[in-house]
Formats: sequence, C-alpha cells, structure tokens
Amino acid sequence: MSDYNFAYLDEQTKRMIRRAILKGLAIPGYQVPFASREMPMPYGWGTGGVQVSAATLTPEDTLKVIDQGADDTTNAVSIRKFFEKTAGVDTTEETAQASVIQTRHRIPEEDLREDQILVYQVPIPEPLRFLEPSEIETRKMHSLEEYGLMHVKLYEDIAKHGAIATSYAYPVKVEGRYVMDPSPIPKFDNPKMEMAAIQLFGAGREQRIYALPPYCQVVSLDFEDFPFEASKADHPCDMCGATDSYLDEIIMDDAGNRMFVCSDTDYCASRRKAGHVGAQAAAASVALKETAA
Amino acid sequence: MTPLLKVENISKFYGHRIGCKDVNFDLYPGEVMGIVGESGSGKSTLLNCLAGHLDPDTGEVLFEMRDGAMRDTVTMSEPERRMLSRTDWAFVHQHARDGLRMNVSAGGNVGERLMAVGARHYGNIREEAVDWLGRVEISETRVDDRPTQFSGGMQQRLQIARNLVTGPRLVFMDEPTGGLDVSVQARLLDLLRGLVREMGLSAIIVTHDLAVVRLLADRLMVMKDSHVVETGLTDQVLDDPQHAYTQLLVSSVLQV
Repeated sequence: MSDYNFAYLDEQTKRMIRRAILKGLAIPGYQVPFASREMPMPYGWGTGGVQVSAATLTPEDTLKVIDQGADDTTNAVSIRKFFEKTAGVDTTEETAQASVIQTRHRIPEEDLREDQILVYQVPIPEPLRFLEPSEIETRKMHSLEEYGLMHVKLYEDIAKHGAIATSYAYPVKVEGRYVMDPSPIPKFDNPKMEMAAIQLFGAGREQRIYALPPYCQVVSLDFEDFPFEASKADHPCDMCGATDSYLDEIIMDDAGNRMFVCSDTDYCASRRKAGHVGAQAAAASVALKETAA
Repeated sequence: MTPLLKVENISKFYGHRIGCKDVNFDLYPGEVMGIVGESGSGKSTLLNCLAGHLDPDTGEVLFEMRDGAMRDTVTMSEPERRMLSRTDWAFVHQHARDGLRMNVSAGGNVGERLMAVGARHYGNIREEAVDWLGRVEISETRVDDRPTQFSGGMQQRLQIARNLVTGPRLVFMDEPTGGLDVSVQARLLDLLRGLVREMGLSAIIVTHDLAVVRLLADRLMVMKDSHVVETGLTDQVLDDPQHAYTQLLVSSVLQV
C-alpha cells in the first residue's frame, strides 16, 4: 500500500482538484476546467470521477462504488479495488454506511444524508454540445445565459416522437442560472438531485468539474404544455416488489419472457432481507420447494 | 421623421489594407437600402460591421431602440447586442447553411428564435412555425424535415422565415439570391418584396446583382475600392449614373 501516495494522486494534484471542486460548489452548475491527469484506466471508465473521489477521500472514509446502480459490475468492482489498493479505505455496498459514493449513471434509491458525498462520472459535461459544436460559442452561451437552444432539442424530441423522448442526461437548470448536464442518469433520478448530500461531477477526458451544494434548486427543463415527467418502467420489481425504484428490464429467454428488477442492487437486497418478495422471486421459491419435495 | 439607423464614419482596416472607409448614411423606417459593388469592394465588410459581426475601427452605428432612444451598437455591451440580433435584427446569409441549423428540423429552425426570447409553449411555437413556413411558401407537411432535405431555394426561404419570426425591424441581407437559378431568384425576390412591404421592414441588402436592387431597394449605395462612390434613389442611380464606375456597372448588365 505504501507504494502509492494516498489515493494514487500526488498531493499537488489533489490540491488542484480540490480548488476546482470548491469553485464548482461556489458557482453551482458552472463547469470548472481542471488539469485532468492520466489515470491507470481508459477514458470512459470514470477517470473524472476517480480523480474527484481521490481528491475527496480521507483515510477515515468508507467508499461505495456503483455502476448503473449495481455494486457488482465490472466498472464498479474495478474502481472499488483501485481505491482499496491505493488508498486502503474501507469499502461497502451499503448506501447508508458509505461516506463517499462514486456513481456511474444512477443516484441510489435511499435518501442520502448531509455527511455523504456523491461523485458522478461524466462523459460529456456540456449539455449544449450536440447542438453547438463550438466550445467558444457554448461558453459564451453559458456566460450570457442564452439557453434557447436547449429547448430546441426538446422541441425536436416532441416533433419527432410526440413527447420529450430524452430519457437520460436530461438537462436541468441550477439555481435559476446555469443549465447543466446531470451526467447520463435516467430522468427518473432528476428530482432526487435536490438532496442533502454534496454532489460532485468529474469529466476526465473533457477536463471539467462541476458541483451541486446540498439542497440546491435543480429544475428539469420542459415546455408548459409538455411538462417534465420522471418516468420509469410501469411495473413492480420482480425480486423485491418495490414500486418506487428505477427498474432494469432483463430479457429471460427468446420466448418473450422478461423481468424487471431494481437497478439499485443494494436497495433490492436490503428489501429482500427485510422480507419483501416480488412476483418472480415468489414463484421461484415455490418451484424450488416443489422440486425439493 | 427620425432615422432607424444612423451610420457615422464607419471604417474597418485589415492591417494595412482597408476594408471600408468613412461610410455615412441614414436608414429610415420602412426603407430598403441596397449596397452594390464588385467583389472585394468592402460591401460585406460594411454589412458585418453594421450587424455587429465585425468590430469597426472607427465610427458609430446608432440604432433606434424600442424605447425611442438612439444607442451606439458598436460600444453597447455584448449581451445587449446579441439580444438585439435575435429580436430587432435579422441577418440573412448568402449561404443558407450558414444561417440554419442543418441537423434540426425546419420547425425547430423557425422556433429557435422564439425559444431564445423565452417562448416555452410547444403548441404555440409549432403553430407559429407552421404559419411562417406557409408565408414563405413551404408546405406544412415539410415542417419536421431537416433543411438537408430541402432544395437551395427552399433553404433560403426557410432562413428568411427563421429570421423574420420574431418580427425584427431591421434585416441585413448578404447576397440573398446568390447561388440560386434565375426562376427561383425571381420567386424569392417576389416573396421578399411582399414581406418587406407587408411588415414595413427596413432592410440593408448587399448584392452585386443590379436586378435585385432595382426590384427591392429604395435607395442605392455604390461601393468601389472600400469607398462609397455614389448614393441616391435606386432608379436615379441606375438610370443616370454619374460616377465612372457606376456607369461601367450599369452598362455591364446583359440585356436579354
């Protein structure tokens, strides 16, 4: 463990990142440029989030890493191992136990507390990018608060699909000022962003950090006649029966059978431990008993 | 009557070379001003200086704001100028693809200016977009098509619709008919003339096509080598040109 400086990055780099984080917290939603380092993992694997986590972690912290809500996917496992090795911090899969949570594409179902920090991995921090390719122009649009273009994207959605079809990376306006890309979280999670925990966003390849302080106002953009809707699959979880969690759809066979399960694995597991049973889990346990008998 | 736009001593230099020098004119509400001259005579430089795309080295461009006050748009702050350029001003580019978002549907292109000034009701935006497409003779069925699927003439008409949707008071046009074939040009000119008259627009049209100014412009300014060499009523200048260059220009037009 002593082969690495604590949490891999050198102290000067962590100071530089912390300065960017503080600036980001002072101007909620504003993208702060920072000198992103090469990390021992490819771009797109969360190099931004890892650097923010590294600058945030202290030896007393407990880290949780999730990828699409799950603790056991490749990305989550490898980042958790990375910090176990380079920082020696405790890790956990339980949301309530963690003090720092690095996430890719989800917000945990369980409400976060004021003493927790949520770190997002961001692929493309600029919400206007797909409509305006010039960085000079998008920066000017941010500084002059010219956000009409963002609604052009939503307009196109309605014209094409009859409803706002953007279902993830849904643009939000922060504290009535900056329009921000909430990283590719499902729009189901957008209302949760007004939370007690500090939220930090790191984009490694694009070299940007932005942040939301606790209880910050976050409004999803919409039209008067097409209001924002936090949508999810209209189904209870087949494992734990939860009706309020975001679900993954899993195709079971080629006969059209499918099941819906919570994308937040910790939430689902803790509910099952508490005795909640979903439809397919119940059927499976009945079948299991029959074969045993 | 007070002028809508007052241009005083506008000069623009590119290093040692001169873009345009000491241009003065007044534009009154409802008036269309044509600027003609050969390539490289400084027409486009002048237009870009007036529209705020280029920073002139000397001079003032005074514009009558909605409250009636004359404001210098050269020294005005950038947010104000950009606000002006998406409300009271419009700019029609020679190439439609410079003025359109090619990967956004026709309706979205027209609606963008509305959304930029705060329209947030999809139904109303779309209704307005369809109405404007109709006014520039684009069928309602094309409202969700992208400009890449449009012909050159349609793209140019779409660009005009997109610019006029917020009811601007001053339109800058840079060779609006360039690159179009003559029959399409004629239709576009007819359309433009109708819209200008109907909406009471003031416009500044840069072109090298004398037929365009004959049809649209009330007044004419002839530029040569970065200087204005002759100004006057369009018919007067074209029928009785005084300056040698203007005489050359008028006599160069092919008579069919």
